[in-house]
Amino acid sequence: MSQKVLLNAKEINIILHRLACQLIEKHTNFSETVLIGLQPRGKYLANRLIKILSEDYKIKNIQLGYLDITFYRDDFRRGEKPLEANTTDINFIVENKNIVFIDDVLYTGRSIRAALTAIQSFGRPNEIELLTLIDRRFSRHLPIQPNYKGRQVDAINNEKVIVNWKENGGKDSVFLIEK
Amino acid sequence: MGELSVNHLLGIKYLNKQDIKLIFETADHFKEVINRPIKKVPSLRDITIANLFFENSTRTKLSFELAEKRLSADIINFSASQSSVKKGETLIDTVNNILSMKVDMVVMRHPNPGAGVFLSKHVNASIINAGDGAHEHPTQALLDSYSIRERLGEVKGKKVVIVGDILHSRVALSNIFALQLQGAEVMVCGPKTLIPKYINKLGVKVETNLIKALNWCDVANMLRVQNERMDISYFPTTREYTQQFGVNKDLLDSLDKEITIMHPGPINRGVEITSDVADSKQAIILDQVQNGVAIRMAVIYLLASKIK
Repeated sequence: MSQKVLLNAKEINIILHRLACQLIEKHTNFSETVLIGLQPRGKYLANRLIKILSEDYKIKNIQLGYLDITFYRDDFRRGEKPLEANTTDINFIVENKNIVFIDDVLYTGRSIRAALTAIQSFGRPNEIELLTLIDRRFSRHLPIQPNYKGRQVDAINNEKVIVNWKENGGKDSVFLIEK
Repeated sequence: MGELSVNHLLGIKYLNKQDIKLIFETADHFKEVINRPIKKVPSLRDITIANLFFENSTRTKLSFELAEKRLSADIINFSASQSSVKKGETLIDTVNNILSMKVDMVVMRHPNPGAGVFLSKHVNASIINAGDGAHEHPTQALLDSYSIRERLGEVKGKKVVIVGDILHSRVALSNIFALQLQGAEVMVCGPKTLIPKYINKLGVKVETNLIKALNWCDVANMLRVQNERMDISYFPTTREYTQQFGVNKDLLDSLDKEITIMHPGPINRGVEITSDVADSKQAIILDQVQNGVAIRMAVIYLLASKIK
């Protein structure tokens, strides 16, 4: 199994600061904006961005939620393994808000499709944007594109992009591995 | 998260500890779902479920129906009183006729113990037992344990007394299995005539003095006297039953500790518990009803995920 480093901790840190700045450019003080980390892996990225926004750019009180899409997925009963649900934690109304979905890797776009359906259970948002750390090009099954992206990667189907976070027991890094 | 060790939910007897844990964790997620502004998920939109009720039910039937609708399943309902069962059709024929309309799952209540097990051997669908005679009522036991876990943090090590008509109760039997599987201690309490002869073989304590039982327990699950199943007289009068085995506020206040009161419903107010007890903060009767929907969603979801 070959393994290639796509991003190291330093590069990830630079990218996260750029993404935070791009968010500020569009959403200024985040009074009408909420950030939604997509469970399970978008949570780490969302937490990291909130930390940068509040500590380095002094933007406090940004609303953050976590959305689990398990029950909205289109592959229920189609895979070998049962789907694993995670916690949804959205304790605010998203009606008329600008939402930014946050996930680590954008691949087929099916998770984002599920998230777009799932978020409707919490109201009718004004607008929904997508932020991903890694955008795997040429692999989309649906017409979904990120508004903010960390790094574009050209990977073929038998390769897998792995994002590690230090909160998750590793060190910040992005790998490309052959399955 | 794994998957259930069974393809049908016929009784708690057939489950293991891990299954119960999985059902509870899944129910936690569904409990969050049913408290959203829009309480529905599309998971089961390609699943059809038949609710076959060969015996009367209000609460369980509504709870299953709501759980199925919240999961976006298609459902058909059937009650024995309006069916061809009266015209002499057998159970397998009735169910196979329904299944030929491409039904994936059957939720069944039946007056005969073992009806669910029998059906699971003869038809090609996932079966959920919603009560079979005086045998088992697994989803009720699961929601009871889930409600105890919610109120007291965990089920393990808790002392639970089941009070009342144990003899005719499927809720009692399923609860005994479920509670023991999770490491709780179980006692049954009621008139001797309403306690099955060999119940101690199940490893439960037996007590005929209600005050002693309540002083021992953390949770009291009050059962209804099932007059409709009694062909002979098991106690002299309802008044005498209430005096010996009914719980009222004065009795609860006289205990050294605050215990939790449960009731699977329907309540006969003034018989097994008084109104002030049923409506008190110690009672979690309405929590049980709400948790029932989440538990049934979890069971249906987990069984449906095994249908290929």
